[in-house]
Amino acid sequence: MSPDGAVPILAMESVSVTLGGRRVLEAVDLRIGHGELTGLIGSNGAGKTTLLRVVLGLLAPDAGRILVGGQPVGHRRGLVGYVPQKISLDPDMPIRAMDIVGLGLDGHRFGLPPLGRSRRGAARRSRVEEALASVGAERLADARIGRLSGGEQQRVMMAQALVSRPALLLLDEPLANLDISSISEVVAVLARVCREQGVAVLISAHDMNPLLPVMDRIAYMADGRLASGPTGEVVRTDVLSGLYRHPVEVLRVGGRILVAGADAESHCP
Amino acid sequence: MNGFFADGAVHTALAVGFLVAVVSGPVGVITIARGQSFAGHSLSDIGTVGGSASYLLGTNVLLGFVSVNVVAAALMELAGSTRARSRDVATGIVLGAALGLAALFLHLETESSTTGATISVLFGSIFTLGSTTLPVVGGLAAVTAVLVAVLYRPLLFSSVHPELAAARGVRTGLVGAGYLVALATAVSLSAVTIGAVLSTALLIGPAATALRLTRHPGRAMLLAAAIGVAETWAGVVLAYASYYWPPAQRGWPVSFFVVTLTMAGYVGSLAVRD
Ligand SMILES: Nc1ncnc2c1ncn2[C@@H]1O[C@H](COP(=O)(O)OP(=O)(O)O)[C@@H](O)[C@H]1O
Ligand SMILES: [Mg+2]
Repeated sequence: MSPDGAVPILAMESVSVTLGGRRVLEAVDLRIGHGELTGLIGSNGAGKTTLLRVVLGLLAPDAGRILVGGQPVGHRRGLVGYVPQKISLDPDMPIRAMDIVGLGLDGHRFGLPPLGRSRRGAARRSRVEEALASVGAERLADARIGRLSGGEQQRVMMAQALVSRPALLLLDEPLANLDISSISEVVAVLARVCREQGVAVLISAHDMNPLLPVMDRIAYMADGRLASGPTGEVVRTDVLSGLYRHPVEVLRVGGRILVAGADAESHCP
Repeated sequence: MNGFFADGAVHTALAVGFLVAVVSGPVGVITIARGQSFAGHSLSDIGTVGGSASYLLGTNVLLGFVSVNVVAAALMELAGSTRARSRDVATGIVLGAALGLAALFLHLETESSTTGATISVLFGSIFTLGSTTLPVVGGLAAVTAVLVAVLYRPLLFSSVHPELAAARGVRTGLVGAGYLVALATAVSLSAVTIGAVLSTALLIGPAATALRLTRHPGRAMLLAAAIGVAETWAGVVLAYASYYWPPAQRGWPVSFFVVTLTMAGYVGSLAVRD
């Protein structure tokens, strides 16, 4: 229970993960409230993907507790939508955008999907179209997924994640490898989806700047450790120096935030 | 041509051709989606051990193919969890060993009889199957079709993105194993029809052609089945007719026609813009 009595959509308590003998997550605490947009920020190797994989139930933690909607991970999988980082689909993958979105709805079920002409088929189709429209991708419905650009595939995957009407949407580096105009488009779509559908959004990124205008809270990661809270309370020289366990400096330059010395560790071991 | 529709061997050939093509098409579409054409081809080569051993022992050839293929598929699935490169190496080595064994069995068989096992195993035996094999073909085709229908959605999902499917609760290992069983039976069926060496053509050809004609994955599976049946039946008819072509009274092999037609079908579909 959070102070106001509501069950958070995600509650992680002292979650630790060791991979190949290395501590990849170290006693991570993180709470996300319903409808909040949180940026999961950290440089390469900080542990962002690992954290998302743990929340998805793809990886079991060595220690700690994770509750999604107050329930153990994997209890209600439709509650969590996921947009993976590496999409990279073959151009000849014989699947249309609308097929992937449909799989996001019922791809875990055995058997054939309901026929388009039946009542259930029509209902399924309208759910798929609604999800594509919510990310502005309705015109991509009939295109082969592998023939779309990176930004377009990203949108289709977002529709795929939203179609089950999740309460928590996880996106792994959705802004990496996008040009600047696509970045602001994707950020705007995510902010709108978060507001209009009331879904909590957790976005991982190595650069916090594109997310600053839309982020409710930040979860900052360094070397498997995590500090979270309102951006102004976390992105401070003292807090981040403690997280990195060596001095770093937070600089505000022309509306952008830079963390100087964040990579120092790799230079002086 | 008068005798064509009266000939019992022709009836069996048409029925077998129908059943084999109907399951090869949909399995082929999934094989292309999963990028596992090499696995399909390897299975059919490995299956020659079962086919040739059956000739030597005098047991059912189709069952020989199927049992070896299903075991090989299970081994591939076990190796599938390891890295792609070592899996390819393992497959390559097993493949070589299997063909070596098949060579031994076929040699021993040829020494002791005149059943034409080598030609049958490598290039098919649709005209000499005999009506007793038909129920076995029907049963295996039914099992394969049911497997594909049951696994349709989780199979497509895990082909697109295994991690995403797993996050949604798909047991990707189980689904992948089920698919390999369907692949093993489909490949065995087409091995007895047009031969182990050529069975990949019937698996991949109609499916690749269908995928150029429609984007809808379900429709592509149905279309692949229809194209496969048309090409196989046309192959049977032409092989029967070729009995009157030079060199006189010898006839050309069915597999030659089927493979040529699948090739022509695919080349023809390239003319369609997608
Ligand atoms: N399967 C694994 N075995 C060993 N180490 C791993 C494994 N997966 C990730 N790591 C390590 O864990 C750390 C965090 O990885 P990751 O969560 O992918 O970071 P990020 O997504 O922030 O770039 C990295 O140092 C990475 O090398
Ligand atoms: Mg990552």
